[in-house]
Amino acid sequence: MNEIKCECGHVNPHGTILCESCGRVLEEKEKEKQLVDMRYEGSARRSQTYNKTIIDKIWNFFSSVKVGVWLIIILLVASSLGTIFPQEMYIPPLMPAGEYYQEQYGWLGKLYYDLGFHNLYSSWWYLLLIAALGISLIIASLDRVVPLYRSLTNQRVSRHESFLKRQRMFSVSNADLSGETVDKIKNLLTQKRYKIREENGNILAEKNRFSRWGPYVNHLGLVIFLLGGMLRFVPGMYVDEILWLREGETKAIPGTEGQYYLKNNAFIFEVYDKEKDDEVFQNAIDKVGTVVKNYQTDATLYKKQGDTVPGEKPELEKVRDQSIQVNKPLKIDGFALYQVDYKLDEMNKMAFKLENKKTGDQFGDVAVDLYDPEMNYDLGNGYKVEVMSYFPDFEFNEDGEPATKSRIPNNPAFIFKMFTPDKPEGEISFVAIRQTIEPMGDNDYKMIFNGVETKNVTALTVRKDLTLWLIGLGGLIFMIGVVQGAYWNHRRLWIRRVDSQIWTAAHTNKNWHGLKRELDTIFADSGIKAPEDQLSDDKKE
Amino acid sequence: MVELSSNFLFTAFILYLVGILFFGGAIKDKRHADKKDSPNKWAKIGIVVTIAGFLSQLTFFVLRWIASGHAPVSNLFEFTTFFGMALVGAFIALYFMYKTPLLGLFTLPVAALIIAYGSMFPRDVTPLIPALQSYWLHIHVTTTAIGQAILAVSFAAGLIYLVKSVDQTKKSKSTLWLEVVLFGLISTLGFVFVSSFFAATDYQANFNYVNKEGQPATEKYTIPAVVGPHQFELTDKDRFEPLIETPAIISAKKLNTVIWSLASGIVLYVLLRAILRKRIAAALKPWTKNINLDLVDEIGYRSVLIGFPVFTLGGLIFAMIWAQIAWTRFWGWDPKEVWALITWLFYAAFLHLRLSKGWHGEKSAWLAVIGFIIIMFNLVAVNLVIAGLHSYAGS
Amino acid sequence: MKKKRLVTRTIILAVLALAVGYTLYANMNKDKNQKIEVGKPAPDFVLVDMEGNKHRLSEYKGQGVFVNFWATWCKPCEREMPYIENQYQQFKDQGVQVLAIDSSESELVVNKFVERKGLNFPVLIDKDGQVQAAYGINPLPITFLIDKEGNVVKSHTGELTEETVREFMEQIKP
Repeated sequence: MNEIKCECGHVNPHGTILCESCGRVLEEKEKEKQLVDMRYEGSARRSQTYNKTIIDKIWNFFSSVKVGVWLIIILLVASSLGTIFPQEMYIPPLMPAGEYYQEQYGWLGKLYYDLGFHNLYSSWWYLLLIAALGISLIIASLDRVVPLYRSLTNQRVSRHESFLKRQRMFSVSNADLSGETVDKIKNLLTQKRYKIREENGNILAEKNRFSRWGPYVNHLGLVIFLLGGMLRFVPGMYVDEILWLREGETKAIPGTEGQYYLKNNAFIFEVYDKEKDDEVFQNAIDKVGTVVKNYQTDATLYKKQGDTVPGEKPELEKVRDQSIQVNKPLKIDGFALYQVDYKLDEMNKMAFKLENKKTGDQFGDVAVDLYDPEMNYDLGNGYKVEVMSYFPDFEFNEDGEPATKSRIPNNPAFIFKMFTPDKPEGEISFVAIRQTIEPMGDNDYKMIFNGVETKNVTALTVRKDLTLWLIGLGGLIFMIGVVQGAYWNHRRLWIRRVDSQIWTAAHTNKNWHGLKRELDTIFADSGIKAPEDQLSDDKKE
Repeated sequence: MVELSSNFLFTAFILYLVGILFFGGAIKDKRHADKKDSPNKWAKIGIVVTIAGFLSQLTFFVLRWIASGHAPVSNLFEFTTFFGMALVGAFIALYFMYKTPLLGLFTLPVAALIIAYGSMFPRDVTPLIPALQSYWLHIHVTTTAIGQAILAVSFAAGLIYLVKSVDQTKKSKSTLWLEVVLFGLISTLGFVFVSSFFAATDYQANFNYVNKEGQPATEKYTIPAVVGPHQFELTDKDRFEPLIETPAIISAKKLNTVIWSLASGIVLYVLLRAILRKRIAAALKPWTKNINLDLVDEIGYRSVLIGFPVFTLGGLIFAMIWAQIAWTRFWGWDPKEVWALITWLFYAAFLHLRLSKGWHGEKSAWLAVIGFIIIMFNLVAVNLVIAGLHSYAGS
Repeated sequence: MKKKRLVTRTIILAVLALAVGYTLYANMNKDKNQKIEVGKPAPDFVLVDMEGNKHRLSEYKGQGVFVNFWATWCKPCEREMPYIENQYQQFKDQGVQVLAIDSSESELVVNKFVERKGLNFPVLIDKDGQVQAAYGINPLPITFLIDKEGNVVKSHTGELTEETVREFMEQIKP
């Protein structure tokens, strides 16, 4: 293999720019430059050294930082496109999405819909972009961290003159490195938490090398985060259900396979009150009108006892009472129930009275449970009402016949047959809200509306997400990595005797200003010049 | 208590303006030009005044918190002024690292402008809707604002870099875009002037119009309507009659505000150009004479390095934790979330580009400017224009 | 050395490609019904019909069961009912049972519907939605074909024609 043997005797991998051990410049092109390129310590990045098979080409593609940056930029632009109009999940589900976009935003909206931007973030190409970025993260990191580690562990104390000379911070002093001066400098360096290595009277002081691993740690965190995102697609990892529950109703919590039941004891809706609530809010309430203070479901959680088959009446054991509010979900067994929606005053019971139109005499109370009406209501004394038909969500269908849109009593309507002693064969009356039709001609009796009982309905999202711990772990590792890389910098100082001169050179991966200030204090009064910035001299005006 | 706190905010604002004057003096003061390392007397007074302003605004923040019972970061006024305060705080921190009064001369005006801008929105103490009733409100919002503020310092540094490095002797793309950026700042100032003026004169014009659902609706303008809403009908007498009617899907009132801001911005800009007789950036250039470009570049890079982790923590991680609690999922592609992601991706790209040769210096400075535009877009446009779950912060 | 590197790279890339491929595939299929798998045993249930008789799915082992989820307000459900009734008459003596499960409506409404349409097969009301949850029912109508071993043979979402009803019953005839 084409390994490169440096003059110092160290054997470097093919493609190395600076000898891992002594820092001698190995590549001809680099020798002409005033300063050496210290990125990745001049180590041989694997991607750049081989380019033979298709696999290597793919590998090199993803290994490139340039490609990575492009992927970030493309992802950024793509993401912004999805915010031009609301995504499908945020539009009201009143009509087909295509129509909605066209109606709201005209031809632009239609184009948006046709391009699939209404569901941009779950489109195959968006996922592919994220995946490409993820692959780039993995490969680019692998490709750099290994050679960098090699370089940093192989570095020798005495660096070659050509290396020192080409550092950004460099100085030459005609001085003697007496024992006293050395001790003083070493002392100061130790105080600044430098680790000092010595070899033949030459010094290498180094600190915060761990900050060099920051980028790779944060990339690892991101990869774990993305893995967590992928895990969601594995069946059973993620539950997203909605549970609508009327007051007083008990239902199985969806997603729990019938293990848990929830009862809605009451749904509470509160707005801020100008009189009762804090005075400071008055102006704001005056301006806006109403501000909601609380959405709350007072619930009771039950656990099913024993094995029952769906449809059988389960035996329930109370687990606990809990109030579910926004920001305060109910948690059980990996599931969380969130307050997300509500409906106030849904009709639950309707009361009627049977009335003789002529005399105005009223007979009995008919209280109809709109979720479970009875067939007959016997009012005694020969008065009886039969429910012939019931339409909970009444409308006239295309054929002009009464029909129901759903099972929810949004607009209940009845066909009653009223039996009375004077009309034993019965009279038929169609009764809906604010509407009475007597299809068989004028009746002697009618059903008069006598109030309605309403209930609130709550909607809870049922969520289980077994990927959260991995997502969280990824986030944590990312934060550690990014802080490690950003808040510390890797600094090195070389002091070397060259003939009768003292050469100093220094390097940091960032924050040169900080390094300069630190070196100035270390070398002050030592008789040796602190390394000077070779770049800023050129630019000084 | 709320009124008292407002006085502290006003005091802070004035102190920032005074701080600008002192930092300006620090740069013009030739006597100490040779002693580069230690700041001169002017600069020292400047930073003391700035710190006093910061403390005053902090007092405003604390008093308002006590008065309202929740962290005052729950509406656009509160958030924007907090962002301005964080920007001043970030500047103070960086000042002690780099001792550059010039950074103050550029950061403080931006911060003051942001605070003035925020003060144009309703300043009432708003009660919290259920979704905001959580201690994550102050954790998430303040961390995000601090992160964004530190990132914004790189904008100030970038601006200094560009003012110094862009060649003003001839017209170029760079001179043009630099003027555009400065014009953006001037337009914000224009917005503040126009809003304050008409608020002081108590201007009001009410309209009946037809909204995009085809329903009749009303709208109250507090500045004269150049553009009126769809099928408008002015219901007040002696008010300016709109010149143009907008289609129903456009929010005429917001468009009107934008038009006024741009128009007043143009007036101010033209006025300035007429007085200065050169580009604004060219007029600023002499102030940057003594600064080292490398140092400015490093300040910019450094503030991104420091700000990026803070922003990630507040704007993404804390945001996700709270979203999981309040909205049942840690991520839902709400526009504000998406723009936080875009901001994050942008600065990630910035940090990667810094690794490449040729992206230091001027290019880097331009990137810092773009980054700030993205942050301001997320603050202003996403709240006011793109509706979403976060849009309650807009009123 | 070089060969080893190629192998490592190939493996890493292959693993990544597989992971991405799986995610894309899963993303595209995430909206499909995951509760019921063809070939697997159908979830058991017990419901009471309009006459008060208990019907337990597992007790129909040895017969094919045609399970139809429906509601009175659902137009396609209403249209396909007569077809199911006709074919039920043809197949009931050949070991095919029909269980029509109504989605949480009131007895009155269902009774009137059954009367009006003259349905003779057992109609069951899943009052609290347990059975619907077990079968992951979302849009109506949906029909499941269960063979004599109690395994799901097919699920069909949407309206049926008389011809398909016949074919379906033919399929599960023991």
